[in-house]
Parts: sequence; structure tokens; C-alpha cells
Amino acid sequence: MKKSKKKKPDIVNKYTGESWVYTPAVKSHFFKPRNLLLENPKTTKYDAEGIVGSPACGDVMRVWLKIDAKTDRVKEFKWRTFGCASAIAATSMLSVMVSEKKGMKLDDAMKIKPQDITARLGGLPNRKIHCSVLGDKALRAAIQNWFKKTEQYDRIITESKRIIDLNTKTTDVDIEEAVLDGARTLQDVQKKTKVGIGYPECIPEVEELIRFYTEKYFGN
Amino acid sequence: MQKIHYFDYASTTPVDKRVLKAMMPFFMDEFGNPSNLYSIGHHAQKALALATGKVIKPLGCKPDEFIFTGSATEADNLALIGVAKANRHLGNKIIVSNVEHKGILAAAEALTKEGTDAEKFELQVVEIGKNGLVSPQKIAEMIDDKTVLVSITYVDSETGTIQPIKEIAKVIANYREINNTKLPYFHTDASQAANFLDINVDNLGVDLLTLSSQKIYGPKGVGGLYIRKGTPIKPIIYGGGQQNNIRSGTENMPGIVGFGAAMEIAEKEKVKESARLKKMRDKLESKIIKTIDKVLVNGNIDSRLPNYSNISILDIEGEAMLLYLDNKGIIINTGSACNSQSLEPSYVLVAFGRPYEYIHGSLRFTLGRFTSSQDVNYVIKNLPPIVKKLRKVSPLDLKIGDEKNMSMPKAFVGGQTPHFLRKQIK
Repeated sequence: MKKSKKKKPDIVNKYTGESWVYTPAVKSHFFKPRNLLLENPKTTKYDAEGIVGSPACGDVMRVWLKIDAKTDRVKEFKWRTFGCASAIAATSMLSVMVSEKKGMKLDDAMKIKPQDITARLGGLPNRKIHCSVLGDKALRAAIQNWFKKTEQYDRIITESKRIIDLNTKTTDVDIEEAVLDGARTLQDVQKKTKVGIGYPECIPEVEELIRFYTEKYFGN
Repeated sequence: MQKIHYFDYASTTPVDKRVLKAMMPFFMDEFGNPSNLYSIGHHAQKALALATGKVIKPLGCKPDEFIFTGSATEADNLALIGVAKANRHLGNKIIVSNVEHKGILAAAEALTKEGTDAEKFELQVVEIGKNGLVSPQKIAEMIDDKTVLVSITYVDSETGTIQPIKEIAKVIANYREINNTKLPYFHTDASQAANFLDINVDNLGVDLLTLSSQKIYGPKGVGGLYIRKGTPIKPIIYGGGQQNNIRSGTENMPGIVGFGAAMEIAEKEKVKESARLKKMRDKLESKIIKTIDKVLVNGNIDSRLPNYSNISILDIEGEAMLLYLDNKGIIINTGSACNSQSLEPSYVLVAFGRPYEYIHGSLRFTLGRFTSSQDVNYVIKNLPPIVKKLRKVSPLDLKIGDEKNMSMPKAFVGGQTPHFLRKQIK
């Protein structure tokens, strides 16, 4: 089974070089999701809860955590996801990563990147990475919820948006989205966001952000 | 290998055995080029004439009014670009609906961008009404002395809704008569319609009509365009002057012979097959609605092809369902964004006024010649457990009729407009 994970995909797009097949790990987590919350989600027996996404966009992820206050570790990670195969498999894999062994330290769990999840899944087709980026955000939202509940305000990290282009009010999140949508160059991003067209001063920063997000989601 | 239960005939059809048999001699024994005078060229020419006769019979047109192309997309492009460019000195407006095939939409958009201002066109999009139909009255109001072409699909490929082509043709004919003009010309794409509906060009009143071979159990790589005599058109492919100089390139003989055979069979079986498929489609749809809650039918149920059932199942996502069904050997399609190259939900279902939440959970079943009631029963048995499982995975619990509270353009990554909505807001 391990060998087949590393096997080259049998179909590759000859123009983009992109593979369009799911790995055995993705299929396994998609068809047999782990750590799913099966009872009514209104339950209060969990210590923290996080939700991200919107049904209009086609992805919603909701996670519930049990946290050991003494060891500062995640004891249990339960979830539900509305979304495609990548989204479901990514949340399932995340749940395993966070709760395996003794459970992950909260500080480490806060640092999980989409890339870490896709690596454990043996990779995702490029354009499906978009569908998998919500899992870690939902997890962070839940941990922040725990910090708030337990009054550990100093540990809360705010993920606020920052305006890059004063004219169009384009934010770093807009650029992140554009990169996730497939934009790789300034021209691509401008097509989607119009960033920097009336405010060229911000272009160096935009280019830096494109490099950063490309690296974050698609780099090795 | 697992048995395949194919419910995606609107994407493509397998070649009928009878069609393949008719094609076989034209790969090796009858390999001649119909442009040549010697005997095997002459044979090919005879075969070409015979096949053309079969394709055009249901159209009721003359052989020289039909051009074979490499696909229905090429035929759509030829109709739009060819007629537009040949009539640019007379006007600069084109009207299309918002449920056209991409072969029309993308070509129309290219016409608005390419060339100098004196060559560019203005595109007017007529939106379908609440019932999913293009209003002939609306078309009548949009046409003016600058309109050179109107193109409305006979049937949209997602919901199978049938557009009132005859009525639209009437308002166009009426405009021409009153204003004593030949403009605008009227094109329809009948690729999905040819299996089931009347495609006689005079009954319909169209000047141009697109056909596809691979939707009627013929081979891929062949389509065609009917062009009414006297319609000015420019080629989009140049070369040796084949097909009256409108579409150069050696004719795809095996393909065209197969197209002819496929059309002959489709025409012969049209009435019986329509009734057979409608019965099975109705059973499939009613059983699904009965056994699964929160299911909606997309499209105009009073005016749609007998083999289409496009439904939305709430709270779960189309690609996930597609893969679970595929795992059971059931092949369907979805309008969900996750299934598309562009990551955008189906623009046709958007045009039908469906909220995004419904579109993400849309499934398109299209039945065809080799669908049996066993296939239908297999779906009826296997779909409900899949829906049940995916609903367990989903955190959503949407309510039907709660559209007002849906489609809030909420952020994907953090509070802003979804990427597929953003480009509409300029």
C-alpha cells in the first residue's frame, strides 16, 4: 500500500502537468472518514468548537475539540464537513494528525498548515488544494475558542485582514484567494483583484505576497 | 470489473454497433479522398453524398446547405463568427441567451474583443425567465437595425429545458418582414435536441442549426452546421476549398458515414425511444423524491427533454456524491463548482435562479439508448444510503424555501465576496 502512494499518477494533464487523481490515502479518508461526530452536533460535551466556510462557496467545516488543560494537548477532535472529496478527506486526515499518539500540543496544532495535511494525504491535485485549506482554519478557530473560554487571552492570535491596495481595498486575504484560485503572476492576480492598477506603490508587496502564498500552498 | 450504470448520455454517447459497422470499411478498404477524380475518390464522393443525405433528412434541407465540421463547438463557432464577420458592414450586435453552450458564449465574447473598433461586436445577453425559458417578446424588444445574429440554444445541456425556438423564429421573421430586411439571422444549437425533437429547419424557422454526432450514438470528432441558402458566412478554417469553400480540409469520411448512420437510426427510433426514456426518467425522479427528503428538480419540468433529470440534494456536495456513486458503478454529472475546471458552479443553474447552496448539491442524470429499468432500479436502491452517509458527514441543515437566507456572499477564506461572484462586480 505504501508503495502505491508514491506511484506516479497514471493521468497527467499534458498542458499543466497536473495530475487529476486522488491518492489511496485521500480515497481511504473520503470513503471511510475518521473521527466523525455522529451524534447531534448541538452537543455541549466538547471543550471548544470552531466553524469556517459558507454553504454558498461549497465548503463548510465544523470541528469540536476535547482539550486536556493540564497537558495542553488535544484529547479528541471531532468534525463534520460539507464539501467535495478533498475537503472531506483533508478534515479527516487533520483529525488523525491532531489526535494521534498522546494528542497534539495546542501550540503545535495552531501551526498546522494546509501543506502538512496534503503531504500526509500523499498530495492533492493543484486546483483541489483550494478545497482543503479550511480544515486548519477551523481547527485554529476552535483552539482560539478554547483560549477565550479559559481566559488565556495572551495566546489568541488574530488573523485579521490587512489592506494592501488603498484604492481598491484589496487585502492580503484577497491575494491569498487569488493564488488559491490558480494565479501565479502579478498579471493573474490583477485580473482577479485589480490590485495595484491605480496604486502601483503596492506592487512590490503584492509580488512578495504572491511568492509567499504560492510557497505556502504549492511549494515543497 | 464492476458493471457500469451510465447516466451521462448528455456528455457523450457510446457509438452504436450498427454505426460502427457502417464506418468500418472507410478506415482501410474505402480510404479514398472525395476530392479526387479517380475511382476510389469517386467511391468516397458517393459515400459522402449518401451519408450527407442521411444526416440532412430530418433537417429537410438541401445537401449544399449542410457543412460537416470537427465538432458541434466548431459548428457553433462557424455560425457565430462566420455570420457575424460576413455581416459586420450591416450591423454590430449579436444576441445570445445566458444558457448557451460554451461554444457559443466563448465565441461571442471573442467577437466583442478581437479586432479594431470597426470589427468588434456588441454582445447582448437575453436572460431566461423564471420558468427557464427565453421570452420571444424580450427578443423582439432587443432586436434593432444593428442586430446581425440571434443564437438561442434549442435545449440547454444542464437541465434539458426546451426553448421556444419556433416562437422566437416567428418574432424574428416578423421583424424582417416589417422592416424589409434579411437581418438578423437566427441560429440554434440542436446538439442535445436531435435525439428527441423536431429538427426540421423550416418547421423551426431557423437559418442555421448545429448538430453533433457524438450525442446521437455516432463517433466523436464530427459535427455539422446547417446554413440556409443565401445566408452570408465567412469560413473560419481556410485551405483547399472543400465543402463550398466554407470548411476546408479533407472530409472525415469514417466520421461522416458514422454520423449519417447514427442520424438514420436516431430518426427511426425517436418516438418510441422518447416514450421509453420518459417513463424511466419519471420513475427515477419520483422515486428519488419519495425516498430522499430535501430534493428539488432543476429546469422547466413542463418543457424538457424526456431523458433529463437534474436535481439538487441539499446539505451535501455534488462531487462527493459523484465519487460515491462512481464507486458503486453509477456514472452521473454535477453542476458543483468542485467538479469544474474553473471551480465555478454551473452558470446554467445560476441562470435558472438557483442559490449556490442548491447548485453545489446538483446531480444531472441523463438516460439513453442503453439505459434499462435495471439501471434505474439500481440507482433508486443505491442513492439513498449514499445521501444518508454524506448528510451524516455534513454540518449543514438547510431548509427548502429559505432561499432568502442563503447565498449571502460570505467569504471563503475570511469575510469577502466569493471568487466566482467577484468578477461580476466591477
